[in-house]
Amino acid sequence: MSIPTDLKYTASHEWARLEADGSVTIGITDHAQELLGDMVFVENPTVGRTLAAGEECAVVESVKAASDVYAPIAGEVVSINEALEAEPQKLNEDAYAHWMFRIQPANAADLDGLMDAAAYQAAVDAEAH
Amino acid sequence: MSPLKQTPLNAKHREAHAKLVDFSGWEMPLHYGSQVEEHHVVRRDAGMFDVSHMRVVDVRGEAARPFLSQLIANNVDKLQSTGKALYSCMLHAGGGVIDDLIVYYQSESWFRIVINAGCADKDIAWMLQQRDALAPGLEITPRADLAMIAVQGPAAAARLWTAMPGLEGVAGVLKPFFGAMVGDMFVARTGYTGEDGFEIMLPAKAAPFFWQALLEAGVKPCGLGARDTLRLEAGMALYGQDMDETITPFEAGLAWTVDMQGERDFIGKRSLQALPRNRQMVGLKLIDRGVLRAHQMIETEHGGGEITSGGFSPTLNASIALARVPSGVQPGDRVEVMIRDRGHQAEVVKYPFVRNGRALI
Repeated sequence: MSIPTDLKYTASHEWARLEADGSVTIGITDHAQELLGDMVFVENPTVGRTLAAGEECAVVESVKAASDVYAPIAGEVVSINEALEAEPQKLNEDAYAHWMFRIQPANAADLDGLMDAAAYQAAVDAEAH
Repeated sequence: MSPLKQTPLNAKHREAHAKLVDFSGWEMPLHYGSQVEEHHVVRRDAGMFDVSHMRVVDVRGEAARPFLSQLIANNVDKLQSTGKALYSCMLHAGGGVIDDLIVYYQSESWFRIVINAGCADKDIAWMLQQRDALAPGLEITPRADLAMIAVQGPAAAARLWTAMPGLEGVAGVLKPFFGAMVGDMFVARTGYTGEDGFEIMLPAKAAPFFWQALLEAGVKPCGLGARDTLRLEAGMALYGQDMDETITPFEAGLAWTVDMQGERDFIGKRSLQALPRNRQMVGLKLIDRGVLRAHQMIETEHGGGEITSGGFSPTLNASIALARVPSGVQPGDRVEVMIRDRGHQAEVVKYPFVRNGRALI
């Protein structure tokens, strides 16, 4: 699957998208779901929680392993995708179409510090070697 | 690090785009796409596993039965009908489990043993050492020239006859836990999934052709990932996880495989008689959301315990585990499992969790 160019990425395989209302939607990348295999559990942070950039704040588990999800940038959790918690396997179908949680960023400019699609592709390629 | 060993079916796995991983020094398929789909195909139809990394060991000679009656904790005298199989642990003098294995009785001078891949070298060294002490004339031959394929599931038999029509005459009448030679193949009605099925040992050279014939008969290749969730649902112990050399069979839910009766003096028996029995294996079903995993700690009314095998059960759509807990813990009890530093409620249940496609809990 090609890496969407309208999203930002982290080295720990989260994607982030700036919404029109100023909030930022966060999920895990296709590469992350591919590494983990069949997903069976998603746990999101509670709404209202304040996150520091890089903070462990959610968990995805596959049949194989548990993996932490980190906050790409600082902010407050404003909503979570409860439908995904009920059907974690959706992440295997399309990781970019199924978000995990949304934050109100402390500073929207922090997004500029994340990788673009080309940089993330390069990071994934480097990991494979 | 030494290069990974490959089974005779390695090229077939690559053709099928398997995700290959290091398992006990062997390059083995973890899955061929979706572990969960592979799990379901074994519960509903038929799947096959390359288990050629497991080691077949032939024990030949007149002293085979008396030797095995000392070597293993189960009693080979239960093997009186030709072809009958027996599951057992092999213990050291302290009562800990060196390995678990299956013995197939072929004749008074030929017993066939199948041992775990990760234990093969130490097992064979142990067997030879015991042989030299107890039965010097006995032949113990590891069969690295054999491959092994497990075909498992409710449709395993029908699809196997389609793939290899010559097998049906002999293998079709095998009762569960029996095996027989058919030409140069050894076919046994055994497995590690809780479903009907067969384990077939055959010359390594013939394995790719046989695998291909099974593929064409509609048997789906399945990896070690599905093998693990299937055996966990079936409540079958995994060496290195549920028991090892520091654990007795009694602490691993394997008392049914130990024959303490009579005068038979197998290795480890005296220690088993002397050791207190204060820990037991139970099944757990997670009530809260999450996934049970090996090494998570448990609090019970009778003290602490630990999960030895845990995971997500695709058949039950819930998380289940095998756990070692203090004696006194009973089915129906609630226990608390620590997952990422938070207590999660789980219920103690009898296992197996699933047999022949049906949920038992």
